[in-house]
Amino acid sequence: MFMLLINRLKTFSKGGIHPPEDKYSADKAIEILPLPANVKVPISQHIGIPAVPVVERGEHVKTGQVIAKTGGFVSANIHASASGKIAKISEEMDTSGYRRMTIMIRVDKEEEWVEGIDTSNTLVKDITFTREEILQKILEGGIVGMGGATFPSHIKLNIPRGKKADVLIINGVECEPYLTSDHRLMLEKSEELIIGIKILMKALGVERAIVGIENNKTDAISKLADLTNADSSISIAPLKVQYPQGGEKQLIKALIDREVPSGGLPIDVGTVVHNVGTTYAVYEAVQKNKPLIERIVTVTGKSIKNPSNLLVRIGTPVSDLIEAAGGLPDDTGKVISGGPMMGKAIDDLSIPVTKGTSGILILPEQESVRNKSKVCIRCSKCISVCPMGLEPFYLMTVTQRGNYEEAEENRILDCIECGSCAYICPSNRELLDYIRLGKSNVTNIIRARERV
Amino acid sequence: MESNLLTVSPSPHIHQEQSIQKIMLDVIIAMLPAFGFSIYVFGLGALLVTLNAVLSAVLFEYLITKYLLKKPPDIMDGSAVVTGMLLAFNVPSNLPWWIVVIGSFVAVGIGKMSFGGLGNNPFNPALVGRVFLLISFPVQMTSWPVPFESRTSITDIVTGATPLAVIKEGLQNGESLTNLMKEVPPHLDFLLGTQPGSLGEISALLLLVGFIYLLIRKVISWHIPVITIGTMFAFAGILWLANPERFIDPLFHILAGGAILGAIFMATDYVTSPMTLKGIVLYSIGIGVITILIRVFGAYPEGMSFAILIMNAFVPLLNKYFKPSRFGEIVKNG
Repeated sequence: MFMLLINRLKTFSKGGIHPPEDKYSADKAIEILPLPANVKVPISQHIGIPAVPVVERGEHVKTGQVIAKTGGFVSANIHASASGKIAKISEEMDTSGYRRMTIMIRVDKEEEWVEGIDTSNTLVKDITFTREEILQKILEGGIVGMGGATFPSHIKLNIPRGKKADVLIINGVECEPYLTSDHRLMLEKSEELIIGIKILMKALGVERAIVGIENNKTDAISKLADLTNADSSISIAPLKVQYPQGGEKQLIKALIDREVPSGGLPIDVGTVVHNVGTTYAVYEAVQKNKPLIERIVTVTGKSIKNPSNLLVRIGTPVSDLIEAAGGLPDDTGKVISGGPMMGKAIDDLSIPVTKGTSGILILPEQESVRNKSKVCIRCSKCISVCPMGLEPFYLMTVTQRGNYEEAEENRILDCIECGSCAYICPSNRELLDYIRLGKSNVTNIIRARERV
Repeated sequence: MESNLLTVSPSPHIHQEQSIQKIMLDVIIAMLPAFGFSIYVFGLGALLVTLNAVLSAVLFEYLITKYLLKKPPDIMDGSAVVTGMLLAFNVPSNLPWWIVVIGSFVAVGIGKMSFGGLGNNPFNPALVGRVFLLISFPVQMTSWPVPFESRTSITDIVTGATPLAVIKEGLQNGESLTNLMKEVPPHLDFLLGTQPGSLGEISALLLLVGFIYLLIRKVISWHIPVITIGTMFAFAGILWLANPERFIDPLFHILAGGAILGAIFMATDYVTSPMTLKGIVLYSIGIGVITILIRVFGAYPEGMSFAILIMNAFVPLLNKYFKPSRFGEIVKNG
């Protein structure tokens, strides 16, 4: 079965690129990073409405205690990622580049957990909860999409009336160069992951799940395939190494050959996609009662001494992670939260790890500055690599001219910001920068139109 | 504070290594086999014409950018070198030096810089120069040196007509095609390149070597050359099957003249070819059909240059009306 799948590697149909993989930390086992002196936990680590703080300065909190409650439908709980005294509630810079309300905890010497959380490594196999109980635990556990988009998970599992999912897709692609946190998780927490998948299947009421993994992680593929051999409801699908294979729409196309319509959601084609990190967090929240207070972060780069995969508490400063990986290299030019294709450059190493931080990538100076942009030579490489079938050069031109009608008509809002166009452009044009600007202006125009 | 030194910019943070300069260098490398062979066949003349065309093209680009457009010249991008080389490939190797200079001026000055320079020109600059010369200097542009004769001389050259011209003139004079075919070299010679012709067009085989190099380096895709040549073959084949006494066989059409040079190196010019697959297909079919129409029914024995220029004019329209198929346009199993 496994060999059969590997012979014909699936992939998405349009565009795509193959940047150097540079997965230096692929064979580094996950290490637990010791607790920092302080954790800084932002109240908005997800897409949607920020959570509302329910603690006050000076109060003592236990690890796993809710410190900010979900602020609306599209929102998520925030928990204390370490026990200690609330030292400060203030606006602080986070990975988004904006100042956000952040709760700072001065960490205790002796950690104190909230009662009822199972912190042992014992595998809890039996799923005894009902669908409603599972959804409630995911909601309470503050689980959000850990692949980067940080969309609250309970909403994805609440299928709108009139829609139906028939298959669950688990995203273990990790197509960003350098990053290996999902890879290590699949290798080292395989059994927990399978149980997490079964929980999600129960919550969705589906009989089938497919785990998509890029074929540069053969050890993870064979391990998960061995574990699911006896279970025909879960299949492991090796995928061609091609960026952006892990894009939600691309992954659905590659695995089940369905195209999410423009402006639509995966549920419109009968599926829901969850990242492997999220699936593991679901296992912990449901089976171990453990909310989302830690995650695996890859710390990597060409010059970094020990590229590592670290299990760190939410709120740990980025500088602690870099220290653990051998310190900031002398030739550092840029520090990125996330991968090199879609990550965000940060200018302050004291900012905290959040639920969506998949990696800290350190680029040397000579790779940090873009080359000078030149004229468009109409080579059409941007069109041929666009996984959404768009014309990036054209979207940039119409945005520059302020012709937003044309931008909207040419589907600028379909852009998933994967960066393939800017990566491939031989003239180093700022394609994605302008498309982002165009998208935001078109979105505002559409909102204004709807108000009228 | 160390953090003050960090660079911040939007994603993506990595970039592939290709640049305009490297692409142009690849195109030049791809032309080298045919160029070397041309020097071997035509001797010193081929070398001098090419050097002249390249140097004058670069010089005109430099002067026009600096003194007319008043912008910093960027001759190092290599695009003027490619234009000069392509112009040289499309003229006889005994063309007087001053005609070559005029050709370069028209190619770069009128064909490219008058529209704003690289990326803005609607027509292939080298072909603009070539067609200008063909119309202005028809005699010099159509007396091709005979291969291997007078390789070391640049003044006293033995010239002859190209096979396509021999056949075209013969047919117009009422001779039979069967007799005419005996006068021209066999097909194999076209593949190797030992018939009279423009400097760089003679050896189909070595041009194909360049094509394979461009494919491996991912500078161009196979679509334009293959569809163009395929269309020529199909169209000429239909004519030939209908009346083999009147029409030349399709293999002769694609091997003779500038078909292969044009399809690989001229029709594929980034700036002047369509940007979407559907546009590319129509553009290539157009070039193939027009080339055969001119060769068979038109006044010139050669049609590739005109066909490419005509289809260049349609490129903006093709880009406007043939958009790529968008993701999520067709809802499957929805």
